[in-house]
Amino acid sequence: MMDAGRHPNITLLTYSEVEAISGYVGNFTARIRKRARSVKEDICTGCGLCQEKCPTKVVDMAFEAGMGKRKAIYRPFSQAIPNIPVIDRENCRFFTQGKCKVCQKLCPTGAIDYEQQDTLLDVQVGAIIIATGFAMWDPMKLPQYSYGLSPNIITGLQFERLTSATGPTGGEILTAEGKKPERVAIIHCVGSRDEHAHLYCSRFCCMYSLKHAHQIRDKTGAQVYDFYMDMRTFGKAYEEFYVRTQDDGVVFIHGRGAEVEVLPDGRLRVKGEDADLGLVAADVDMVILATAIEPQPDADRVASIFGLGRTPDHFFAEAHPKLRPVETATAGVFLAGCAQGPRDVPDTVAHADAAAMQVVRLFNQGEVTISPTVAVVDTARCVGCGDCILACPYSAISRTAEAKAQVNAALCHGCGTCTAACPAGAITALHFTDEEIVAQIDGLLEIVL
Amino acid sequence: MTEPFEPRIVAFLCNWCSYAGADNAGISRLPSPANILPIRVMCSGRVSPEMILRAFRSGADGVLVLGCHIGDCHYIDGNHRTIKRIPLLRNLLGYIGINPERLRLDWVSSAEAPKFAQVTQEFVETVRALGPAAREIGG
Repeated sequence: MMDAGRHPNITLLTYSEVEAISGYVGNFTARIRKRARSVKEDICTGCGLCQEKCPTKVVDMAFEAGMGKRKAIYRPFSQAIPNIPVIDRENCRFFTQGKCKVCQKLCPTGAIDYEQQDTLLDVQVGAIIIATGFAMWDPMKLPQYSYGLSPNIITGLQFERLTSATGPTGGEILTAEGKKPERVAIIHCVGSRDEHAHLYCSRFCCMYSLKHAHQIRDKTGAQVYDFYMDMRTFGKAYEEFYVRTQDDGVVFIHGRGAEVEVLPDGRLRVKGEDADLGLVAADVDMVILATAIEPQPDADRVASIFGLGRTPDHFFAEAHPKLRPVETATAGVFLAGCAQGPRDVPDTVAHADAAAMQVVRLFNQGEVTISPTVAVVDTARCVGCGDCILACPYSAISRTAEAKAQVNAALCHGCGTCTAACPAGAITALHFTDEEIVAQIDGLLEIVL
Repeated sequence: MTEPFEPRIVAFLCNWCSYAGADNAGISRLPSPANILPIRVMCSGRVSPEMILRAFRSGADGVLVLGCHIGDCHYIDGNHRTIKRIPLLRNLLGYIGINPERLRLDWVSSAEAPKFAQVTQEFVETVRALGPAAREIGG
Protein backbone atom coordinates (compact mmCIF):
# COMPACT_ATOMS: atom_id res chain seq x y z
CA MET A 1 0.00 0.00 0.00
CA MET A 2 2.87 2.30 0.91
CA ASP A 3 4.52 1.48 -2.44
CA ALA A 4 1.30 2.33 -4.30
CA GLY A 5 1.12 5.62 -2.42
CA ARG A 6 4.69 6.55 -3.36
CA HIS A 7 4.75 5.35 -6.96
CA PRO A 8 5.16 8.26 -9.41
CA ASN A 9 2.74 6.69 -11.91
CA ILE A 10 -0.03 5.98 -9.41
CA THR A 11 -2.45 8.68 -8.34
CA LEU A 12 -4.34 7.53 -5.28
CA LEU A 13 -7.80 9.05 -4.91
CA THR A 14 -9.00 7.91 -1.52
CA TYR A 15 -12.33 8.98 0.00
CA SER A 16 -13.51 9.39 -3.61
CA GLU A 17 -16.16 7.73 -5.72
CA VAL A 18 -16.72 7.26 -9.43
CA GLU A 19 -20.07 8.82 -10.27
CA ALA A 20 -20.24 8.23 -14.01
CA ILE A 21 -18.28 6.68 -16.84
CA SER A 22 -18.47 7.69 -20.46
CA GLY A 23 -16.49 6.69 -23.53
CA TYR A 24 -15.16 3.29 -24.49
CA VAL A 25 -12.11 1.07 -24.14
CA GLY A 26 -8.94 3.16 -24.29
CA ASN A 27 -10.93 6.40 -24.04
CA PHE A 28 -12.99 6.37 -20.86
CA THR A 29 -13.79 9.53 -18.96
CA ALA A 30 -14.46 8.94 -15.30
CA ARG A 31 -16.38 11.56 -13.34
CA ILE A 32 -15.00 11.24 -9.81
CA ARG A 33 -16.39 12.85 -6.69
CA LYS A 34 -13.58 13.57 -4.29
CA ARG A 35 -15.25 13.94 -0.95
CA ALA A 36 -14.44 16.78 1.39
CA ARG A 37 -12.29 15.31 4.16
CA SER A 38 -12.15 18.72 5.90
CA VAL A 39 -8.36 18.44 5.93
CA LYS A 40 -6.14 20.05 3.29
CA GLU A 41 -4.18 17.15 1.85
CA ASP A 42 -1.34 19.28 0.50
CA ILE A 43 -0.63 20.89 3.89
CA CYS A 44 -1.28 18.05 6.38
CA THR A 45 1.90 16.33 7.51
CA GLY A 46 0.11 13.40 9.12
CA CYS A 47 1.49 14.15 12.60
CA GLY A 48 -1.68 12.79 14.22
CA LEU A 49 -2.00 15.49 16.88
CA CYS A 50 -5.61 16.30 15.90
CA GLN A 51 -6.58 12.68 16.23
CA GLU A 52 -4.92 12.43 19.62
CA LYS A 53 -6.63 15.54 21.02
CA CYS A 54 -10.09 15.22 19.46
CA PRO A 55 -12.58 14.96 22.35
CA THR A 56 -15.21 12.90 20.48
CA LYS A 57 -14.99 9.13 20.58
CA VAL A 58 -17.06 7.01 18.20
CA VAL A 59 -17.50 3.24 18.12
CA ASP A 60 -15.63 2.13 15.00
CA MET A 61 -17.88 -0.23 13.09
CA ALA A 62 -15.55 -0.44 10.10
CA PHE A 63 -11.98 -1.35 10.95
CA GLU A 64 -12.54 -2.28 14.60
CA ALA A 65 -15.76 -4.18 13.74
CA GLY A 66 -17.46 -2.55 16.73
CA MET A 67 -14.74 -3.80 19.13
CA GLY A 68 -12.99 -0.45 19.56
CA LYS A 69 -13.37 3.30 19.30
CA ARG A 70 -11.95 6.00 17.09
CA LYS A 71 -12.06 9.78 17.21
CA ALA A 72 -14.30 12.07 15.10
CA ILE A 73 -11.15 13.10 13.19
CA TYR A 74 -9.39 9.89 12.33
CA ARG A 75 -7.52 7.72 9.91
CA PRO A 76 -9.40 4.46 9.17
CA PHE A 77 -6.47 2.47 10.58
CA SER A 78 -2.90 3.23 11.57
CA GLN A 79 -1.24 2.12 8.32
CA ALA A 80 -3.83 3.89 6.11
CA ILE A 81 -2.51 5.49 2.95
CA PRO A 82 -2.38 8.43 2.57
CA ASN A 83 -1.52 9.30 6.15
CA ILE A 84 -4.12 12.08 6.26
CA PRO A 85 -7.11 12.09 8.62
CA VAL A 86 -10.72 12.80 7.77
CA ILE A 87 -13.41 14.50 9.84
CA ASP A 88 -16.51 12.37 10.33
CA ARG A 89 -19.00 15.24 9.99
CA GLU A 90 -21.87 13.23 11.45
CA ASN A 91 -20.10 12.93 14.78
CA CYS A 92 -17.75 15.93 14.91
CA ARG A 93 -18.72 18.39 17.66
CA PHE A 94 -18.11 21.39 15.41
CA PHE A 95 -20.35 20.05 12.66
CA THR A 96 -23.09 18.86 15.04
CA GLN A 97 -22.98 21.54 17.74
CA GLY A 98 -21.14 24.42 16.08
CA LYS A 99 -18.26 24.65 18.52
CA CYS A 100 -15.04 22.82 19.50
CA LYS A 101 -12.47 23.42 16.70
CA VAL A 102 -9.81 21.74 18.89
CA CYS A 103 -8.19 20.19 15.84
CA GLN A 104 -8.00 23.52 14.02
CA LYS A 105 -6.45 25.25 17.06
CA LEU A 106 -3.86 22.51 17.55
CA CYS A 107 -2.92 21.74 13.95
CA PRO A 108 0.66 22.99 13.54
CA THR A 109 0.28 23.57 9.80
CA GLY A 110 -3.29 24.93 9.63
CA ALA A 111 -4.51 22.05 7.52
CA ILE A 112 -8.02 21.81 9.00
CA ASP A 113 -10.65 23.30 6.67
CA TYR A 114 -14.24 23.02 7.89
CA GLU A 115 -15.50 24.78 4.75
CA GLN A 116 -14.04 22.25 2.31
CA GLN A 117 -16.46 21.08 -0.40
CA ASP A 118 -16.62 17.93 -2.51
CA THR A 119 -14.77 18.38 -5.80
CA LEU A 120 -15.62 16.74 -9.11
CA LEU A 121 -12.79 15.51 -11.31
CA ASP A 122 -12.99 14.32 -14.90
CA VAL A 123 -10.20 11.82 -15.44
CA GLN A 124 -9.22 10.30 -18.79
CA VAL A 125 -8.45 6.60 -18.40
CA GLY A 126 -7.82 3.77 -20.83
CA ALA A 127 -9.01 0.88 -18.69
CA ILE A 128 -10.86 0.28 -15.45
CA ILE A 129 -10.32 -2.38 -12.77
CA ILE A 130 -13.19 -3.01 -10.37
CA ALA A 131 -11.77 -4.18 -7.04
CA THR A 132 -14.53 -3.14 -4.68
CA GLY A 133 -14.26 -6.20 -2.45
CA PHE A 134 -16.99 -7.66 -0.29
CA ALA A 135 -19.14 -6.98 2.74
CA MET A 136 -19.62 -9.18 5.80
CA TRP A 137 -23.03 -10.80 6.01
CA ASP A 138 -24.96 -9.83 9.14
CA PRO A 139 -25.42 -12.89 11.39
CA MET A 140 -28.43 -11.26 13.10
CA LYS A 141 -30.38 -12.40 10.03
CA LEU A 142 -30.31 -15.98 11.37
CA PRO A 143 -31.53 -15.69 14.97
CA GLN A 144 -30.55 -19.24 15.96
CA TYR A 145 -26.96 -18.04 16.39
CA SER A 146 -28.08 -15.50 19.04
CA TYR A 147 -25.67 -12.92 17.64
CA GLY A 148 -26.17 -9.67 19.53
CA LEU A 149 -27.62 -11.39 22.62
CA SER A 150 -24.24 -11.85 24.30
CA PRO A 151 -21.02 -9.85 23.89
CA ASN A 152 -19.17 -13.15 23.84
CA ILE A 153 -20.78 -14.25 20.58
CA ILE A 154 -18.52 -12.60 18.00
CA THR A 155 -17.77 -12.91 14.32
CA GLY A 156 -14.46 -14.05 12.89
CA LEU A 157 -13.63 -10.46 11.97
CA GLN A 158 -14.22 -9.34 15.55
CA PHE A 159 -11.96 -12.13 16.78
CA GLU A 160 -9.28 -10.80 14.42
CA ARG A 161 -9.42 -7.49 16.33
CA LEU A 162 -9.34 -9.35 19.64
CA THR A 163 -6.21 -11.24 18.72
CA SER A 164 -4.48 -8.28 17.02
CA ALA A 165 -1.68 -6.51 18.86
CA THR A 166 -3.33 -3.16 17.95
CA GLY A 167 -6.81 -4.38 18.99
CA PRO A 168 -8.87 -3.47 22.06
CA THR A 169 -7.12 -5.97 24.35
CA GLY A 170 -3.65 -5.52 22.93
CA GLY A 171 -3.79 -8.97 21.42
CA GLU A 172 -4.95 -10.91 24.49
CA ILE A 173 -7.86 -13.22 23.83
CA LEU A 174 -10.34 -12.25 26.54
CA THR A 175 -14.08 -12.56 27.02
CA ALA A 176 -16.21 -9.42 27.42
CA GLU A 177 -15.77 -9.88 31.18
CA GLY A 178 -12.01 -9.56 30.75
CA LYS A 179 -11.25 -13.21 31.60
CA LYS A 180 -9.32 -15.78 29.66
CA PRO A 181 -11.84 -18.14 28.09
CA GLU A 182 -11.65 -21.80 29.14
CA ARG A 183 -13.79 -23.18 26.37
CA VAL A 184 -14.42 -21.64 22.94
CA ALA A 185 -16.67 -22.81 20.10
CA ILE A 186 -16.08 -21.95 16.45
CA ILE A 187 -18.99 -22.38 14.03
CA HIS A 188 -18.26 -22.64 10.32
CA CYS A 189 -20.60 -21.76 7.42
CA VAL A 190 -22.70 -19.18 9.29
CA GLY A 191 -24.73 -17.76 6.40
CA SER A 192 -22.74 -19.71 3.80
CA ARG A 193 -23.91 -22.95 2.18
CA ASP A 194 -27.29 -22.28 3.74
CA GLU A 195 -30.45 -21.95 1.69
CA HIS A 196 -31.80 -19.46 4.24
CA ALA A 197 -28.87 -17.09 3.61
CA HIS A 198 -26.26 -17.64 0.87
CA LEU A 199 -26.00 -20.86 -1.10
CA TYR A 200 -22.36 -20.38 -2.03
CA CYS A 201 -19.26 -21.28 -0.03
CA SER A 202 -17.44 -18.15 1.17
CA ARG A 203 -14.21 -20.08 0.63
CA PHE A 204 -11.80 -18.56 3.12
CA CYS A 205 -13.67 -19.05 6.43
CA CYS A 206 -12.42 -22.62 6.96
CA MET A 207 -8.82 -21.48 6.87
CA TYR A 208 -9.26 -18.44 9.12
CA SER A 209 -11.32 -20.54 11.55
CA LEU A 210 -8.48 -23.05 11.75
CA LYS A 211 -6.11 -20.15 12.31
CA HIS A 212 -8.36 -18.87 15.11
CA ALA A 213 -8.51 -22.34 16.67
CA HIS A 214 -4.72 -22.51 16.55
CA GLN A 215 -4.34 -19.02 18.06
CA ILE A 216 -6.75 -19.81 20.91
CA ARG A 217 -4.91 -23.03 21.71
CA ASP A 218 -1.59 -21.24 21.47
CA LYS A 219 -2.43 -18.09 23.46
CA THR A 220 -4.92 -19.33 26.06
CA GLY A 221 -4.79 -23.11 26.08
CA ALA A 222 -8.61 -23.10 26.09
CA GLN A 223 -10.52 -26.11 24.82
CA VAL A 224 -11.71 -25.39 21.28
CA TYR A 225 -14.80 -26.99 19.74
CA ASP A 226 -14.86 -26.53 15.96
CA PHE A 227 -18.26 -27.21 14.34
CA TYR A 228 -17.85 -27.79 10.61
CA MET A 229 -19.85 -29.40 7.79
CA ASP A 230 -16.97 -29.99 5.39
CA MET A 231 -13.44 -28.79 5.95
CA ARG A 232 -12.45 -27.00 2.76
CA THR A 233 -8.69 -26.80 3.00
CA PHE A 234 -8.13 -26.67 -0.75
CA GLY A 235 -5.03 -24.47 -1.08
CA LYS A 236 -1.32 -25.08 -1.02
CA ALA A 237 -0.18 -26.11 2.49
CA TYR A 238 -3.75 -25.71 3.79
CA GLU A 239 -4.39 -29.39 4.50
CA GLU A 240 -1.09 -29.53 6.35
CA PHE A 241 -2.25 -26.65 8.55
CA TYR A 242 -5.50 -28.54 9.24
CA VAL A 243 -3.50 -31.56 10.42
CA ARG A 244 -1.38 -29.28 12.60
CA THR A 245 -4.54 -27.81 14.17
CA GLN A 246 -5.75 -31.34 14.89
CA ASP A 247 -2.40 -32.00 16.59
CA ASP A 248 -2.97 -28.83 18.64
CA GLY A 249 -5.82 -30.69 20.34
CA VAL A 250 -8.78 -28.88 18.79
CA VAL A 251 -12.00 -30.92 19.03
CA PHE A 252 -13.60 -31.12 15.59
CA ILE A 253 -17.33 -31.77 15.42
CA HIS A 254 -18.47 -32.95 12.01
CA GLY A 255 -21.79 -31.16 11.62
CA ARG A 256 -23.16 -27.65 11.35
CA GLY A 257 -23.41 -25.76 14.63
CA ALA A 258 -27.17 -25.48 14.72
CA GLU A 259 -27.96 -23.18 17.59
CA VAL A 260 -26.35 -20.98 20.24
CA GLU A 261 -28.23 -20.51 23.50
CA VAL A 262 -27.31 -17.89 26.10
CA LEU A 263 -27.60 -19.63 29.49
CA PRO A 264 -28.86 -17.73 32.58
CA ASP A 265 -25.30 -17.58 34.00
CA GLY A 266 -24.07 -15.93 30.79
CA ARG A 267 -22.32 -19.01 29.44
CA LEU A 268 -23.15 -20.13 25.94
CA ARG A 269 -24.49 -23.52 24.89
CA VAL A 270 -23.73 -24.54 21.31
CA LYS A 271 -25.86 -27.37 19.95
CA GLY A 272 -25.15 -29.34 16.85
CA GLU A 273 -25.20 -32.74 15.33
CA ASP A 274 -22.02 -34.71 14.84
CA ALA A 275 -22.13 -37.09 11.89
CA ASP A 276 -20.62 -39.84 14.06
CA LEU A 277 -21.85 -39.08 17.58
CA GLY A 278 -25.36 -37.73 16.93
CA LEU A 279 -26.67 -34.75 18.90
CA VAL A 280 -23.94 -32.89 20.78
CA ALA A 281 -23.76 -29.73 22.87
CA ALA A 282 -20.89 -27.76 24.33
CA ASP A 283 -21.06 -25.10 27.07
CA VAL A 284 -18.47 -22.45 26.29
CA ASP A 285 -17.33 -18.94 27.26
CA MET A 286 -17.00 -17.60 23.75
CA VAL A 287 -18.49 -18.38 20.34
CA ILE A 288 -16.85 -17.32 17.09
CA LEU A 289 -19.09 -17.30 14.02
CA ALA A 290 -17.34 -17.76 10.69
CA THR A 291 -19.82 -15.55 8.85
CA ALA A 292 -20.41 -15.47 5.11
CA ILE A 293 -19.26 -12.71 2.84
CA GLU A 294 -21.52 -11.06 0.32
CA PRO A 295 -21.33 -8.34 -2.37
CA GLN A 296 -21.00 -4.74 -1.23
CA PRO A 297 -24.37 -3.11 -0.48
CA ASP A 298 -23.87 -0.59 -3.32
CA ALA A 299 -23.02 -3.26 -5.92
CA ASP A 300 -26.21 -2.40 -7.87
CA ARG A 301 -25.08 1.17 -8.38
CA VAL A 302 -21.52 0.14 -9.28
CA ALA A 303 -22.89 -2.40 -11.78
CA SER A 304 -25.00 0.22 -13.52
CA ILE A 305 -22.18 2.82 -13.63
CA PHE A 306 -19.68 0.42 -15.20
CA GLY A 307 -22.12 -1.73 -17.20
CA LEU A 308 -21.34 -4.90 -15.27
CA GLY A 309 -23.40 -8.08 -15.23
CA ARG A 310 -24.12 -10.09 -12.08
CA THR A 311 -24.00 -13.82 -11.46
CA PRO A 312 -26.85 -15.47 -9.49
CA ASP A 313 -24.84 -14.99 -6.26
CA HIS A 314 -24.97 -11.21 -7.06
CA PHE A 315 -21.21 -10.84 -7.35
CA PHE A 316 -20.03 -9.11 -10.56
CA ALA A 317 -20.01 -11.39 -13.59
CA GLU A 318 -16.80 -12.27 -15.41
CA ALA A 319 -16.88 -12.57 -19.20
CA HIS A 320 -16.49 -16.36 -19.02
CA PRO A 321 -16.43 -18.49 -15.85
CA LYS A 322 -13.40 -20.50 -16.93
CA LEU A 323 -11.58 -18.80 -19.77
CA ARG A 324 -12.02 -15.08 -19.14
CA PRO A 325 -12.09 -14.74 -15.35
CA VAL A 326 -11.04 -11.08 -15.10
CA GLU A 327 -12.69 -9.51 -18.14
CA THR A 328 -16.27 -8.24 -18.13
CA ALA A 329 -18.83 -7.90 -20.90
CA THR A 330 -17.66 -4.28 -21.28
CA ALA A 331 -14.34 -4.00 -23.11
CA GLY A 332 -11.68 -2.29 -21.01
CA VAL A 333 -13.37 -3.02 -17.67
CA PHE A 334 -11.75 -5.76 -15.56
CA LEU A 335 -12.47 -7.40 -12.21
CA ALA A 336 -10.11 -8.22 -9.37
CA GLY A 337 -10.71 -9.97 -6.08
CA CYS A 338 -13.86 -10.62 -4.10
CA ALA A 339 -15.91 -8.18 -6.19
CA GLN A 340 -16.17 -11.12 -8.61
CA GLY A 341 -16.66 -13.84 -5.99
CA PRO A 342 -15.28 -15.10 -2.68
CA ARG A 343 -11.55 -15.85 -2.74
CA ASP A 344 -8.71 -15.91 -0.25
CA VAL A 345 -5.54 -13.82 -0.26
CA PRO A 346 -3.36 -15.91 -2.64
CA ASP A 347 -6.23 -16.24 -5.11
CA THR A 348 -6.98 -12.52 -4.85
CA VAL A 349 -3.36 -11.65 -5.53
CA ALA A 350 -3.33 -13.93 -8.56
CA HIS A 351 -6.62 -12.49 -9.81
CA ALA A 352 -5.37 -8.92 -9.34
CA ASP A 353 -2.12 -9.73 -11.15
CA ALA A 354 -4.15 -11.14 -14.03
CA ALA A 355 -6.33 -8.01 -14.18
CA ALA A 356 -3.23 -5.78 -14.17
CA MET A 357 -1.67 -7.84 -16.96
CA GLN A 358 -4.85 -7.56 -19.03
CA VAL A 359 -4.53 -3.78 -18.79
CA VAL A 360 -0.80 -3.86 -19.63
CA ARG A 361 -1.53 -6.03 -22.64
CA LEU A 362 -4.27 -3.68 -23.79
CA PHE A 363 -2.02 -0.63 -23.45
CA ASN A 364 1.07 -2.23 -24.99
CA GLN A 365 -0.83 -3.18 -28.10
CA GLY A 366 -1.65 0.49 -28.45
CA GLU A 367 -4.62 -0.31 -30.61
CA VAL A 368 -7.82 -2.17 -30.01
CA THR A 369 -9.04 -4.93 -32.23
CA ILE A 370 -12.75 -4.40 -32.74
CA SER A 371 -15.21 -6.92 -33.98
CA PRO A 372 -15.80 -6.78 -37.74
CA THR A 373 -19.50 -6.85 -36.92
CA VAL A 374 -20.29 -3.22 -37.75
CA ALA A 375 -22.99 -1.53 -39.76
CA VAL A 376 -22.41 -0.33 -43.32
CA VAL A 377 -24.59 1.95 -45.45
CA ASP A 378 -25.60 1.34 -49.02
CA THR A 379 -25.72 5.00 -50.07
CA ALA A 380 -27.62 4.16 -53.26
CA ARG A 381 -30.56 2.94 -51.19
CA CYS A 382 -30.30 5.38 -48.27
CA VAL A 383 -33.00 8.03 -48.42
CA GLY A 384 -31.56 10.02 -45.53
CA CYS A 385 -34.64 9.68 -43.33
CA GLY A 386 -32.52 9.51 -40.15
CA ASP A 387 -34.39 6.61 -38.47
CA CYS A 388 -31.05 4.83 -37.96
CA ILE A 389 -29.56 7.91 -36.29
CA LEU A 390 -32.40 7.82 -33.76
CA ALA A 391 -32.11 4.05 -33.31
CA CYS A 392 -28.34 3.96 -32.67
CA PRO A 393 -27.56 3.65 -28.95
CA TYR A 394 -23.97 4.85 -29.51
CA SER A 395 -24.47 7.93 -31.69
CA ALA A 396 -22.26 6.17 -34.23
CA ILE A 397 -24.35 7.27 -37.21
CA SER A 398 -24.36 10.77 -38.66
CA ARG A 399 -25.78 12.36 -41.81
CA THR A 400 -23.40 13.42 -44.56
CA ALA A 401 -23.66 16.61 -46.62
CA GLU A 402 -25.40 14.51 -49.28
CA ALA A 403 -28.08 13.59 -46.71
CA LYS A 404 -26.91 9.98 -46.44
CA ALA A 405 -26.26 8.00 -43.28
CA GLN A 406 -22.62 7.43 -42.35
CA VAL A 407 -21.37 4.94 -39.74
CA ASN A 408 -18.33 5.59 -37.53
CA ALA A 409 -16.92 2.05 -37.33
CA ALA A 410 -14.96 2.81 -34.15
CA LEU A 411 -18.12 3.75 -32.30
CA CYS A 412 -20.39 1.10 -33.85
CA HIS A 413 -20.84 -1.99 -31.69
CA GLY A 414 -22.70 -3.94 -34.36
CA CYS A 415 -25.97 -4.40 -32.48
CA GLY A 416 -27.99 -4.11 -35.69
CA THR A 417 -30.78 -2.01 -34.20
CA CYS A 418 -30.33 0.43 -37.11
CA THR A 419 -30.67 -2.41 -39.63
CA ALA A 420 -33.98 -3.46 -38.15
CA ALA A 421 -35.15 0.17 -38.11
CA CYS A 422 -34.14 1.13 -41.67
CA PRO A 423 -37.27 1.31 -43.85
CA ALA A 424 -35.23 1.26 -47.06
CA GLY A 425 -33.06 -1.75 -46.26
CA ALA A 426 -30.04 0.48 -46.84
CA ILE A 427 -28.07 -0.21 -43.66
CA THR A 428 -26.63 -3.64 -42.98
CA ALA A 429 -24.99 -5.10 -39.89
CA LEU A 430 -22.07 -7.11 -41.29
CA HIS A 431 -22.13 -10.82 -40.48
CA PHE A 432 -25.76 -10.51 -39.43
CA THR A 433 -27.23 -9.39 -42.74
CA ASP A 434 -30.88 -9.97 -43.54
CA GLU A 435 -29.81 -12.54 -46.17
CA GLU A 436 -27.73 -14.46 -43.63
CA ILE A 437 -30.45 -14.51 -41.01
CA VAL A 438 -33.15 -15.47 -43.53
CA ALA A 439 -30.91 -18.28 -44.79
CA GLN A 440 -30.59 -19.47 -41.19
CA ILE A 441 -34.36 -19.34 -40.68
CA ASP A 442 -35.03 -21.30 -43.87
CA GLY A 443 -32.23 -23.75 -43.15
CA LEU A 444 -33.40 -24.42 -39.60
CA LEU A 445 -36.96 -24.98 -40.75
CA GLU A 446 -35.82 -27.73 -43.09
CA ILE A 447 -35.03 -29.74 -39.98
CA VAL A 448 -37.62 -32.45 -39.42
CA LEU A 449 -38.30 -33.01 -35.75
CA MET B 1 -51.58 -43.80 -32.92
CA THR B 2 -50.33 -40.59 -34.49
CA GLU B 3 -47.05 -39.13 -33.31
CA PRO B 4 -47.51 -36.15 -30.92
CA PHE B 5 -47.24 -32.84 -32.77
CA GLU B 6 -43.70 -31.46 -32.49
CA PRO B 7 -43.80 -27.72 -33.20
CA ARG B 8 -40.85 -26.00 -34.79
CA ILE B 9 -40.00 -22.76 -33.07
CA VAL B 10 -37.53 -20.21 -34.32
CA ALA B 11 -35.88 -18.49 -31.37
CA PHE B 12 -33.99 -15.22 -31.85
CA LEU B 13 -31.49 -14.99 -29.01
CA CYS B 14 -29.49 -11.87 -28.30
CA ASN B 15 -25.78 -12.56 -28.17
CA TRP B 16 -25.07 -11.10 -24.74
CA CYS B 17 -27.88 -12.24 -22.49
CA SER B 18 -30.16 -14.90 -23.90
CA TYR B 19 -27.68 -16.77 -26.08
CA ALA B 20 -25.30 -16.86 -23.12
CA GLY B 21 -28.24 -17.91 -20.94
CA ALA B 22 -28.96 -20.78 -23.35
CA ASP B 23 -25.28 -21.72 -23.23
CA ASN B 24 -25.39 -21.59 -19.46
CA ALA B 25 -28.51 -23.80 -19.43
CA GLY B 26 -26.53 -26.33 -21.45
CA ILE B 27 -23.51 -26.12 -19.15
CA SER B 28 -25.85 -26.57 -16.18
CA ARG B 29 -27.42 -29.63 -17.88
CA LEU B 30 -30.89 -28.11 -17.78
CA PRO B 31 -33.16 -29.67 -20.37
CA SER B 32 -34.56 -27.33 -23.00
CA PRO B 33 -36.68 -28.74 -25.81
CA ALA B 34 -35.23 -29.66 -29.19
CA ASN B 35 -38.16 -27.82 -30.78
CA ILE B 36 -36.29 -24.56 -30.22
CA LEU B 37 -34.28 -23.63 -33.32
CA PRO B 38 -31.95 -20.89 -32.14
CA ILE B 39 -30.66 -17.99 -34.24
CA ARG B 40 -28.06 -15.75 -32.66
CA VAL B 41 -28.42 -12.03 -33.27
CA MET B 42 -26.27 -9.37 -31.67
CA CYS B 43 -29.24 -7.65 -30.07
CA SER B 44 -32.95 -8.36 -29.78
CA GLY B 45 -33.28 -4.92 -31.40
CA ARG B 46 -31.85 -6.50 -34.57
CA VAL B 47 -34.94 -8.68 -34.98
CA SER B 48 -37.07 -6.92 -37.57
CA PRO B 49 -40.75 -7.78 -38.05
CA GLU B 50 -39.87 -9.02 -41.55
CA MET B 51 -37.70 -11.78 -40.06
CA ILE B 52 -40.47 -12.97 -37.79
CA LEU B 53 -42.94 -13.03 -40.68
CA ARG B 54 -40.34 -14.80 -42.80
CA ALA B 55 -40.02 -17.48 -40.15
CA PHE B 56 -43.78 -18.06 -40.18
CA ARG B 57 -43.79 -18.09 -43.97
CA SER B 58 -41.00 -20.67 -43.99
CA GLY B 59 -43.03 -22.96 -41.78
CA ALA B 60 -42.30 -22.03 -38.17
CA ASP B 61 -45.09 -22.85 -35.72
CA GLY B 62 -43.93 -20.24 -33.26
CA VAL B 63 -41.35 -17.49 -32.89
CA LEU B 64 -39.62 -16.71 -29.63
CA VAL B 65 -37.62 -13.51 -29.16
CA LEU B 66 -35.38 -13.40 -26.10
CA GLY B 67 -33.29 -10.42 -25.07
CA CYS B 68 -31.62 -8.78 -22.11
CA HIS B 69 -33.81 -7.42 -19.35
CA ILE B 70 -34.81 -3.80 -19.78
CA GLY B 71 -31.98 -1.76 -18.31
CA ASP B 72 -29.43 -4.50 -18.90
CA CYS B 73 -29.10 -4.24 -22.69
CA HIS B 74 -25.50 -4.62 -23.80
CA TYR B 75 -26.25 -1.92 -26.36
CA ILE B 76 -27.69 0.47 -23.79
CA ASP B 77 -31.28 0.52 -25.09
CA GLY B 78 -31.57 -1.75 -28.13
CA ASN B 79 -34.20 -3.79 -26.32
CA HIS B 80 -36.34 -0.67 -25.87
CA ARG B 81 -36.96 -1.01 -29.62
CA THR B 82 -37.81 -4.68 -29.17
CA ILE B 83 -40.35 -4.03 -26.45
CA LYS B 84 -42.17 -1.62 -28.78
CA ARG B 85 -41.89 -3.70 -31.96
CA ILE B 86 -42.91 -7.16 -30.80
CA PRO B 87 -46.20 -6.27 -29.06
CA LEU B 88 -47.15 -4.18 -32.12
CA LEU B 89 -46.40 -7.09 -34.41
CA ARG B 90 -48.38 -9.40 -32.12
CA ASN B 91 -51.39 -7.09 -32.58
CA LEU B 92 -51.01 -7.27 -36.33
CA LEU B 93 -50.46 -11.04 -36.57
CA GLY B 94 -54.16 -11.68 -36.10
CA TYR B 95 -54.94 -9.78 -39.30
CA ILE B 96 -52.91 -12.21 -41.36
CA GLY B 97 -54.50 -15.19 -39.66
CA ILE B 98 -51.74 -16.10 -37.24
CA ASN B 99 -52.64 -16.54 -33.60
CA PRO B 100 -50.64 -13.87 -31.67
CA GLU B 101 -49.91 -16.53 -29.03
CA ARG B 102 -47.42 -17.97 -31.52
CA LEU B 103 -45.09 -15.01 -30.94
CA ARG B 104 -43.54 -14.54 -27.54
CA LEU B 105 -41.10 -11.95 -26.23
CA ASP B 106 -39.30 -12.52 -22.96
CA TRP B 107 -36.13 -11.49 -21.16
CA VAL B 108 -33.45 -13.99 -20.15
CA SER B 109 -30.16 -12.77 -18.74
CA SER B 110 -26.92 -14.71 -19.15
CA ALA B 111 -27.22 -15.87 -15.54
CA GLU B 112 -30.81 -17.10 -15.87
CA ALA B 113 -30.22 -20.60 -17.17
CA PRO B 114 -33.25 -22.00 -15.29
CA LYS B 115 -35.42 -19.26 -16.79
CA PHE B 116 -34.23 -20.13 -20.30
CA ALA B 117 -35.22 -23.73 -19.74
CA GLN B 118 -38.56 -22.71 -18.23
CA VAL B 119 -39.51 -20.17 -20.94
CA THR B 120 -38.60 -22.54 -23.78
CA GLN B 121 -40.50 -25.44 -22.22
CA GLU B 122 -43.57 -23.28 -21.58
CA PHE B 123 -43.58 -21.83 -25.08
CA VAL B 124 -43.21 -25.22 -26.73
CA GLU B 125 -46.21 -26.46 -24.74
CA THR B 126 -48.22 -23.34 -25.68
CA VAL B 127 -47.49 -23.83 -29.38
CA ARG B 128 -48.01 -27.59 -29.18
CA ALA B 129 -51.51 -26.92 -27.82
CA LEU B 130 -52.20 -24.50 -30.69
CA GLY B 131 -51.28 -27.12 -33.28
CA PRO B 132 -49.46 -26.58 -36.58
CA ALA B 133 -49.37 -22.99 -37.84
CA ALA B 134 -49.95 -24.23 -41.37
CA ARG B 135 -53.50 -25.16 -40.35
CA GLU B 136 -54.21 -21.49 -39.54
CA ILE B 137 -52.43 -19.98 -42.49
CA GLY B 138 -53.58 -22.67 -44.86
CA GLY B 139 -50.04 -23.08 -46.16
